[in-house]
Formats: sequence, structure tokens, C-alpha cells
Amino acid sequence: MNQSFQTHVAPIGAAAAKISTRGVDVFYGPKQALFGVDLDIPRNQVTALIGPSGCGKSTFLRAINRMNDTIAGARVEGEILLDGENVYDPVLDVVELRARVGMVFQKPNPFPKSIFENVAYGPRIHGMARSRAELAEIVVRSLRRAGLFEEVKDRLDAPGTSLSGGQQQRLCIARAIATRPEVLLMDEPASALDPIATAVIEELIDELRANYTIVIVTHSMQQAARVSQRTAFFHLGRLIEDGPTAEIFSTPRRRQTEDYITGRSAAQRPGP
Amino acid sequence: MNAPAPHRGGAAEARRRRRHRADRLLRLLGLGAISLALGLLGVLIATLVIGATPALTQTKLRVTFAISPELIDPADPGIGAYRLILRRGVAALLPEQPTTMAEWREIGGIVTGNTQFAIRDAVMADPSLIGRNLTLTVPVSDAYDQLGKGLTSRDTPPERRKLSDREIARFDALTARGAVSRPFNWELITRSNSRFPETAGLAGAIVGSFYMLLVCFVVSFPAGIAAAVWLEEFAPRNRLTDAVEVNINNLAAVPSIVFGLLGLSVLIGVFGLPRSTPLVGGLVLSLMTLPTIIIVTRAALRAVPRSIREAAHGVGASRHQVVLHHVLPLAMPGILTGTIIGLAHALGETAPLLLIGMNAFITDPPGGILEASTALPTQIFIWAGSAEHGFVSRTCAAILVLLGFLLAMNAVAIYLRQRLERKT
Ligand SMILES: Nc1ncnc2c1ncn2[C@@H]1O[C@H](COP(=O)(O)OP(=O)(O)OP(=O)(O)O)[C@@H](O)[C@H]1O
Ligand SMILES: [Mg+2]
Repeated sequence: MNQSFQTHVAPIGAAAAKISTRGVDVFYGPKQALFGVDLDIPRNQVTALIGPSGCGKSTFLRAINRMNDTIAGARVEGEILLDGENVYDPVLDVVELRARVGMVFQKPNPFPKSIFENVAYGPRIHGMARSRAELAEIVVRSLRRAGLFEEVKDRLDAPGTSLSGGQQQRLCIARAIATRPEVLLMDEPASALDPIATAVIEELIDELRANYTIVIVTHSMQQAARVSQRTAFFHLGRLIEDGPTAEIFSTPRRRQTEDYITGRSAAQRPGP
Repeated sequence: MNAPAPHRGGAAEARRRRRHRADRLLRLLGLGAISLALGLLGVLIATLVIGATPALTQTKLRVTFAISPELIDPADPGIGAYRLILRRGVAALLPEQPTTMAEWREIGGIVTGNTQFAIRDAVMADPSLIGRNLTLTVPVSDAYDQLGKGLTSRDTPPERRKLSDREIARFDALTARGAVSRPFNWELITRSNSRFPETAGLAGAIVGSFYMLLVCFVVSFPAGIAAAVWLEEFAPRNRLTDAVEVNINNLAAVPSIVFGLLGLSVLIGVFGLPRSTPLVGGLVLSLMTLPTIIIVTRAALRAVPRSIREAAHGVGASRHQVVLHHVLPLAMPGILTGTIIGLAHALGETAPLLLIGMNAFITDPPGGILEASTALPTQIFIWAGSAEHGFVSRTCAAILVLLGFLLAMNAVAIYLRQRLERKT
């Protein structure tokens, strides 16, 4: 209803987009959390979602791989197209969707199984390895790319839950990339990480970009600026503006965006 | 808005004192309640232990029986004057030989009524005994057992006791000869029910209870888990499933005797299953444990954190994979604990078993789930209603055995829970 004022700087055609959403509303029971979000997410780029806490970034991310289906009372309206196919089409297999669209959650959630098993689980259920050796190779490669392998190589049998918070988050990243998804949704993947581990993850994101489409939620403006090519700013359940990261940070079109990225609250803003 | 130091001064001090007093009162109340509960439990156990002590031993008589060939049918050792052999054997231990028929009867009655059959069975098993001596240590009958244990006072006037002065004198003579002993009463758990308290044991009841719990577990564990998984993970939320849910909770509150009636009229009446059998008993008990298992399983499934399901969904697991690979294993400790506690509950259940005839008089342990048998609680029920003195202590002992099994099952539940939880 209020998309008219939404400004698309350098619009990317829906055709070039890996994911495009049209008029996405999300409800949690009677409460509406997202209002008419139209966003194109280009392939082989990193799109950062920024915005104040509670504005609906996670909700939007979870709408893309239909993770909201698992919440009783959650409802999604509008269209979300993945390669031109509506992910909410009833004929679409949600298992396949989630294999193609991997996710790293806001809170680390390793399975209460061994480190090895955490990473091996996805490839195994999708039949991606023909032998134990091949599976082990996938596990090692995924752990290495997530920058965790050196720390855990001697205790792959230890439970994943025995790792520290930051290590758990990297384990979850390894788990997500082990199934080789086309799209990777990352909800604040570095919020529990120290600067070195964060750098490893950011490098990984940059490297994955060549083959994957990545959407990352972050509260760190620096991180958004470092890793993303495009940025979308959400506020109170609405997409306020999106565009190339450099432009969003240097010349935001909208006052709210500018206030947010410069760290000013509405009260501090000088009158018009 | 208040005075500069709202937490100092007399009023604040008084407020704090009141609060501390309330804290102390609450603690005292709790302690009092727990002491009361523990005290009552202590009294119960103490009463049982004191009551059961006499049943821990059994007065026995060591007798040598002469198996005279002329008293036994040479063609069939099963036929013979075994009662005479018995009476002569006991009489040989006495200083004075009986003269009247009544005296012979009294002498035969010193040992338990089954003894002549025990001799016959021994001879049938080994016919080479004919012409030789057979020495057996046999339980004495209840009245002598009571006398031997000092439970019958010799000061009681003769008309108020079961044994006459003459009989007591005979028993004392046997004791003086060293033929009387009082060993630990293993027969209590190795023998089955009997008309005579001195030879009555719990073996049949224990085996019957075991078969019943087996049937109950095999039926209600998988069915309960399947129902709970469906309700919790797959069922749509609508009127029908709401109704199912409410009724499962109601089912758990149905008095057990109602399930007994159901078993009697449907399982035995309609389906024609044999009555008094562990099969029917187990099925009836599984009706009772099923709702319990469903409820604990659902609670255990619900306790699995959302984040684990999301993690599994997130890597593309299908719903059944999420449940089978992740949710159910995590819920297992809770499910097992609940199941064992449900089974323990079923083990002590009496009323429905009475209705389906598991209080029959059965002297052999059942060979399978299709043979008539009793169960521990019904055995207790039968013994508690028996007139003989010896059954009083045996009832207490049987209750202790039942409590022991319950305790063991709960211990297993705790052990399993801790082990499984440590693993995850
Ligand atoms: N399961 C839920 N049930 C009901 N309301 C929810 C649920 N999840 C999120 N919400 C609501 O939806 C809105 C958006 O939440 P969301 O988690 O998407 O915010 P967010 O932008 O990710 O915030 P943060 O940066 O703090 O993670 C919030 O107002 C939140 O209260
Ligand atoms: Mg969030």
C-alpha cells in the first residue's frame, strides 16, 4: 500500500534476481510483523539486511526458506520467487527448498550430537556422499571453510554443544554450507564471534559469493559495509530503502536510513 | 519521591522483619509437611517389616522315611500307602509310639499336608528309592510353625489354641531331638500359591505379573509413542484433535476398575480371550498405561527446544526425519522414565485384575501369557483374605516384595534418565 515512496536506486530487474519478493506480509497470529516488502536479491552477491531490533529482519529471512511454517499461527502473504518460482506454491517441496536455501540462525543451535555428525547430517539425508570417506571429506572441508577445523580436529566425536558460543556458531555455518545450498541466509552469524573469527567468516562470505547468493542480517554497519554489495534497511516491519551498499551508506535517500546508520535516534534529530 | 533513604529507618526495618518472618514460616511449613509425609511412610514400612519378619523363616522338620516295598504297588510307584509311610516316618522320631487312630492323625498333621505327595513324587522320580530310606526336610504345618516361632503362647488356655498339650509336648520332643530347624524361607519366592500357608509362595504371582507387564509394555509403549508423536507433531489443530486430546486426558483419570469391566465384557466376553490370563490382564493394564505414556511422551516432545527442530528443518530434513532423528531421541529419557513409572503403577493395580479373574487359586507359575495365573497385587489380596495365621506375615512379606519391585523399577527409571541425559 505504501510502496509508492519506496526508492529503488539502481533497480535490478526481477529477471536478474535470485530471489524477489512482492508485497510480502508476515503475521504472527493477529500481529503483523512485515508490511508489503518488495525486494530483489541479486544472485552471486551479498545482500545485507539492517535495521533496528524487532524491525522484522529475521522474520523476512525466515520467510524466504519457509521457516515460519514451523511456527504455529505464523502466516505469510505475497510472493517470494526463487529463480522465478513461488516458494509458497503448494506443489513446491519445502524439503527441497530448504536444501537449496541454507540457513544460519541468530542463536547457535547445534544438534546435541557429535561435531562430525552435526556437519554430516545434511549431506547424509540428501544423499550427497557415496561413502564414509566422501562424507568425512565434506565434513572436513566444511569445517575448514567455516574456520573451525583447526580447533576441533582432535575431537570430532565431542558433542557440538560442548563448544563455546562462537565455535557453535561456526559449526552451524559449517553445517549450512555442507549441503551446498544455492542461497545462504545468515542471521547475525558473527554476533557471538571475536574479531578474528569474524574476519574468517567475512572472508568465507566473500569467497562463497562466487557460487552462492547470500543474505546476511547484521547489526554492525562496518560489517555490512565490508561484506555486502547491496543493503536493505528495514524499519518497523517495512522495507524503507535498498540499493548498492556504497550508496546506502554514503547517500541514503531517506531520513530514517540516515539516522540509523549514523546512530542518531529520532529524538536527537534536528527539526526540519 | 520518597525520603532520601527509603531503605533505612524504623519503618523499613519493621517491613524487613515481617518479610523475614514470613520466609521462616514458609520454610517451617514445608519442613513440617515433608516430615509428616516421611513419618507416615516410615510407620508404614516399619509396620510391614515387623509384620513380615515371621515369614522370613520357616519351621521345618527333618524326617527319614522308610520306603518299604510292601507299601508300594510294584507296577506303578505312583500308587502306594504314602500317608502311612509319612506317619511312620514322623512317629519314628517320637519317644512314644501312637496307639489310637486319632494319635496317628495328629502325628501326620505335624508336617505340611503336601508331604505325602512330596514323598510320592520323589519315589516316582527315582524308583530305586524303594526299599531304602528317604530323608527330607519338610515344612511343619501352620499351627506348629506359629508355635516354633513363639507366636502362639503356651500360656493360652488349651480351648483357645489350635494345639493340645499333648501335641505341644510332641513338638517339644522333636525340637529336643534336634529334628526341628528354622532356615530362611526361600520358598516364599520359589513356590507358588498353596492352600497351606507354610508352603505358599509368590513365584506364580511374580511370573504372572512379569508376563502381564510384558504384554502391557509391548502394547502401550509403541502405541503410546506413535499416538503422542502424531498428536504433537503432525495432527492439524482442529475440533477433532482437540476432542481427542481432552479425552486422552480424561482416559488417564478413569478409575481402573472401569477398565477391568471393559476387559471382562469386551476382551473376554466379545473376543473370547481366556480369562485369568496375563494376556487379558496385560491388555487391560495397557489401556491404563496408554494415556499416561501418551501424556508423558507429549510433554517430553514439547520440552525439546524449538531451535533443534529449526536446525533440522533448516538443513532440509523432512518432518519425519526431524522427529525420528532429532526430537524423539532427545525426548527418549523423559519417555522412558514416564513409561517405567506408568508400568510400576500398572504393577500395583489390583481392581481390574479382580474383575478378569486373576484372583483364582493357581498353584503353578504360568507357562505363557495364555495360561491362567495370578499377579502380585491379587496374590496379596487373596492372602489378606485367608484365615490361616501364617498368611498374615506372608501378606506383609508379599507387600514388601511388591514394594521392592516398584522401588527397583523407579531406580531403573532414574538410572536410565541420568545415563541418557549425560550422553546428549
Ligand atoms: N514467533 C513469534 N511470535 C510472535 N511474534 C514474533 C515472533 N517472532 C518475531 N515476532 C515479532 O515480529 C517482529 C519482528 O521480529 P524479528 O525477529 O523479525 O526482528 P529482528 O529484526 O530480527 O530483530 P533483532 O535484530 O532483535 O533480531 C517483532 O516485533 C517480534 O516481536
Ligand atoms: Mg533477528
